Amino acid sequence: MKLRQVLEDYTFILPAVGIFIIFYIVPFFFIFRLSLFEWDGIGRLSSATFVGLANFKEIIFRDSNWWRSVSNAGWITFIALTFQNSLAFLLALACSKRIVLRGVYRIIFFIPPILSEVVVGMVWRFIINDVDGANIVNQVLAYLGLHQFVRAWLSDPNTALNVVALVHSWKGFGWAFLIFLAGLQTIPREFYESARVDGANSWQVFKNITFPLLVPVIILVAILTILGTMQSFVLIISLVGGELAGYTSVPVLRILWVMRNSSRFGYACALGINLGIILVVASFIQYKFFKKVRDLI
Amino acid sequence: MKPGKVNSVRGGILLLSLFFLGCSPPEARKKRIVIWHWMTDRQPAFQELAQSYQAQTGIQVDFQLYAPSEAYSQKVRAAAQGGNLPDIFGVLSEKRDFASLIKAGYILDLTPYMEEGDSSWRNRFFPQALAVNEFSQGNTYGVNPGIYAVPIDMVAITIVYNKNLLRKLGLDSSQPPQNFEEFLDLGRKIKEEKLQGLVSGWGELWLIYCFAQNYAFNIMGEEKVLATIRGEVPYTDPAWIEVLRLFEEMKNSGIITSKVVSMVNKTAEQIFANEKAVFAFNGSWCVNVYKGMNPDLDYGVMLPPRISNKFPLLVWGGAGSSFMVNAHSPYREEAVKFLKWLTAPEQQSYLVRETNNLPAIKECKESLPQILVSFSRLLEKSTHPNSWDVWESPLVNETLARGIQAIILGKKTPEVVAEEVQRVKERELAKKSN
Repeated sequence: MKLRQVLEDYTFILPAVGIFIIFYIVPFFFIFRLSLFEWDGIGRLSSATFVGLANFKEIIFRDSNWWRSVSNAGWITFIALTFQNSLAFLLALACSKRIVLRGVYRIIFFIPPILSEVVVGMVWRFIINDVDGANIVNQVLAYLGLHQFVRAWLSDPNTALNVVALVHSWKGFGWAFLIFLAGLQTIPREFYESARVDGANSWQVFKNITFPLLVPVIILVAILTILGTMQSFVLIISLVGGELAGYTSVPVLRILWVMRNSSRFGYACALGINLGIILVVASFIQYKFFKKVRDLI
Repeated sequence: MKPGKVNSVRGGILLLSLFFLGCSPPEARKKRIVIWHWMTDRQPAFQELAQSYQAQTGIQVDFQLYAPSEAYSQKVRAAAQGGNLPDIFGVLSEKRDFASLIKAGYILDLTPYMEEGDSSWRNRFFPQALAVNEFSQGNTYGVNPGIYAVPIDMVAITIVYNKNLLRKLGLDSSQPPQNFEEFLDLGRKIKEEKLQGLVSGWGELWLIYCFAQNYAFNIMGEEKVLATIRGEVPYTDPAWIEVLRLFEEMKNSGIITSKVVSMVNKTAEQIFANEKAVFAFNGSWCVNVYKGMNPDLDYGVMLPPRISNKFPLLVWGGAGSSFMVNAHSPYREEAVKFLKWLTAPEQQSYLVRETNNLPAIKECKESLPQILVSFSRLLEKSTHPNSWDVWESPLVNETLARGIQAIILGKKTPEVVAEEVQRVKERELAKKSN
């Protein structure tokens, strides 16, 4: 009877495990295998040259373009983790209270994430750029007498990456907002009522009830933010037009460039594996950090 | 016989008929040639031609469009790996990839067909159109000599200028700047009029590389450019630094701004079509693009203004789009026949009329509109990396183009960029020699 039960259980999960193995595990090992070859992605795989870990060695010690792209994506991720997620958290906190039109705010905040990255990039390019846009940002700055800040925001190497990071945050904060809001609504009202009865002020309620209970949600949002932001690239193409001499380069753009333009398919696979490892390590550190914070509280 | 049994026998016969119909040899089935391409603007004209071909021969031709071009390129690669290439397809990448497809046995050698009879098919084409599809004896790609694709149109990449805006700047609209000094002098006037000078998709690296190559040919001549690619002349040579310095001078004069580095070519085309820029660096495909964006646009074609009279300034030109025949296709003979038909004068004239592209064959040159005639004249002063027997490492090209972007952005000097490019070049040469 017990064996039958076990077999039944496994039968139920078999389709999901099968799909996971076929579409995730097998391709991962295939990509890892390709990363050990010098191959142009066209000729027969049997004619590819085995180079061992040479591709990884080249990435780590010689590919400065790659590490620059990782650093750029790291900066965009940092802005998203701090500015974007703080904003989303505060707005979710506000919308979880009984405020007027909170339903309307929820809809408005959720509009940017459902827009395509291409559309968001083009709209913001139109708002920011002067030659092929409305130049609204510079016009507002000039109107306010802040002429010293008027500039070509998207083609100035000092500002382009920050503009990308801010537009990315604008587009992304709705997701974080929604998850935080859902998390806030799972906290039982009784906890707050008991705290009030005990005379706790708003800060104490936040510090001792809301924040600790939201830590799992914060970990989830942080990990999703890292995974999403480190892999963004469409927004950059539509907003800045490309890598801008490396100033707005990000890892996925580099992988695409290597695959398409240099025909080094094996090397592109090695870059992909490298990015995967970076993401796993970053997510793990993030997870450990927030777990530590929760334990301290 | 009982009615039930009769029905069973009828059903059996029907099933058997369907079975044998499904197993009939390919020859007995209706012939259908499948063509993959990426040319969105040409799809209606291609479909029209396919219908006409079917009416004449009974062979169905199915033009299947896969856009954008990046997605198309990936589809061709994946299909090659999966053995699913169509009867006819185009290769949208560099000659290196084209050579890999040939060496892997995916592409049919068309030389015997081209040279059939008195080579009448081969002689139909402009030599520059065939050059990019041809591999000569002892080529560095390791491909057997021959012609492996059929050009269906040609392209020339140069500068176009807006005649109205030139008049606005106080110049004769039929006399665009002839030398680089005159070109730079216009920068100040352009700034005063709050216009854009030269626009182009220099956010995409290949167009920068193309522009730099034009001037490399003008400053140091073809032999030295090719010697650099072979690794015999360093990128730190004064002639290369002079090429890089041109971009700094153009930026300082105001003929270009840093915004050009964040433009994709579609944006640059829109700016030029909206009469906000005086010049654009673009290919002859722009004729159809500008026609769609602003049918009243009055513009002319010019060579990039010369900087030296010592060597000719060569622009990039040659075959625009080409079709290859799948070597494993059961219909390869039919596919070759169709391509012969497609490149006959009548069909080429139709394509010129409908799509405003330069024809690949000589015989319909007379039917060209004036603006395409101007582009076609440049083909005599053209070259193309795919027609050279040597090729530069993509990493070197990227470092050069990104370096030029950095010069335009004011972040690097020509000397620093030249050193960076040379470092990468030496690394690539060392890799090759291992």
